Amino acid sequence: MPSETAAPVTGVAPEPGVAKPDPILSVSGLRKSFGGLVAVHVDHLECQRGTITGLIGPNGAGKTTMFNLLTGFDRADAGTWSFDGSQLEGMLAYQIPRTGLVRTFQLTKALAKMTVLDNMTLAATTQRGERLRECLVRPLWRQQEREIEARADALLERFNLAHMRTEYAGTLSGGQRKLLEMARALMVEPRMLLLDEPTAGVNPALLQSIFDHVRELRDDGMTVMFVEHAMDVVMGISDWVVCMVEGQVIAEGPPASIATNDAVIDAYLGAKRTEEAQTGGGG
Amino acid sequence: MDIVEVLADAIRVAIGPLAAAYALAAVGLNLQFGYTGLLNFGHVAFLMVGAYGTAITVDQGGPLWLGLLVGVAAAVALGLLFGLPTLRLRADYLAIVTIAAAEVLRILIRGPGEDSLTRGVFGIQRFGNDFFDLNPFPNGEYGIGRVSFTERGLWVLTVAWALVAVFTVLVVLLTRSPWGRVLRAIREDEDAARSLGKNVFVLKLQSLVIGGVIGAFSGMLLAIDRQSVNPDSYLPVVTFAIYTVLILGGPASRLGPIVGAVLYWFVIQFTEGFAREAIRAGWIPESVLDETDIGALRFALVGLGLMLLMIFRPQGILGKREEVLIDAQ
Repeated sequence: MPSETAAPVTGVAPEPGVAKPDPILSVSGLRKSFGGLVAVHVDHLECQRGTITGLIGPNGAGKTTMFNLLTGFDRADAGTWSFDGSQLEGMLAYQIPRTGLVRTFQLTKALAKMTVLDNMTLAATTQRGERLRECLVRPLWRQQEREIEARADALLERFNLAHMRTEYAGTLSGGQRKLLEMARALMVEPRMLLLDEPTAGVNPALLQSIFDHVRELRDDGMTVMFVEHAMDVVMGISDWVVCMVEGQVIAEGPPASIATNDAVIDAYLGAKRTEEAQTGGGG
Repeated sequence: MDIVEVLADAIRVAIGPLAAAYALAAVGLNLQFGYTGLLNFGHVAFLMVGAYGTAITVDQGGPLWLGLLVGVAAAVALGLLFGLPTLRLRADYLAIVTIAAAEVLRILIRGPGEDSLTRGVFGIQRFGNDFFDLNPFPNGEYGIGRVSFTERGLWVLTVAWALVAVFTVLVVLLTRSPWGRVLRAIREDEDAARSLGKNVFVLKLQSLVIGGVIGAFSGMLLAIDRQSVNPDSYLPVVTFAIYTVLILGGPASRLGPIVGAVLYWFVIQFTEGFAREAIRAGWIPESVLDETDIGALRFALVGLGLMLLMIFRPQGILGKREEVLIDAQ
């Protein structure tokens, strides 16, 4: 199992809200309700630096909502959270990536009418050519643009998208779009990635490739947290697994401990079974 | 029937100051709508504040150059007024606010009496003399064959198309820079741009204001050419005519606004002239169409043309077909 390659979360008790030795992301008292429904209510959650954390839970457990809150795409009712020394609560969605925390979306947001390369170069931060005062004078940003393009090309190569460089992103397949979105997020030079269902709508062959990339990133020192439905997939790749049900973290721990955790099996699989009975297995 | 005269007349309008002013307005709208995806349905208000800023300043005894500055400043203020409250919201809110605000502003200008600053329904006249004093062309007729202009017309024409050229180049430079790349990202998916650390709000505001200032130049140009401003020249239908021009030419294309404006005014003028001549010559019986219907007919034909365009060439004349096809997926 690949999870053997790194197990930096040793000596930490598998209980909800447990403190980690070197947390890069730390969430406290995070709360969000929509009308009467409490969508997210997380007392405490820490994410260890340099690990892959899988976030699981049945539909409606609040996983995506939590991502939205953490990244400023939705406003929390209460709570504080910090990322690598920056307090994020109250920050706007566009300010958070600049701290080094970048997210992707469940429904891929590849910019279809822009070329693959434009998607990549767009994502680089602190571009002089993006300032209105400087953008008219090409010599001011030409050098930086070249460097950005070189970085983009290297990433496209790594994600097997180099041959699509000048195509519109709209011509990519679903799996390629997921890869592009990940590669694009890396252009921001983040220290942590929040991937919202990186495998949704991806065929099994590409799925393996996506997880290989995630693992490589972790080995390069990146912290990754990702949302996923399928338990077996999560278990294979995660160093640590967090299970949410009805907005709360009901369990966390190494994959093996989660797989045998009664609360998880009851709540998560139980809910899954009921849901399958109701919807005919969608999810 | 004199088909040559009808043609000459249509060409004169299609390259005249009116077409140039519409091209200019469409260049501004192209930045806002074509490249940024902002649904500005109150573009006519930018033309109006530009024109009134100039007219009022000169009417109150100021020089023309100051009037032009006031017109630009008014457009910047209007862009901020439109943008600050709405650009954080979904795109449709901007559409609602701009169409309503443009009408409110027009009615406010129209409201007061003759002694007021705006002179109400009477409007302001003869504020462009300084502009015509600068005319370097000697008296005479200029042109080829029957397509000719007086020295006054030629002067307006020269300045008008020069402005179109300058602002077209400006928009090209802006949109091919990384700044323009962010605009295109915003047009497609604001949240994607935000998730990559782009300050979407500020860029939308910049686009709205710059496009508005270009619109103001169009308004100033038209007003100076006519030597008159009147609130009833700034009805919402003008905005939609500018949209027609832009969609004809192809949104987010560099020369689309120019091609669109020339074609739009050619078709309008040609159908009018042709129908009038045809009725006079007895080709079309009065019972089917009389001269008072011509105004409506020409817009009906433009509408038909737009429909055909959307069916057979949805990207407009100069737009990129691939972009439209991707949308359809």
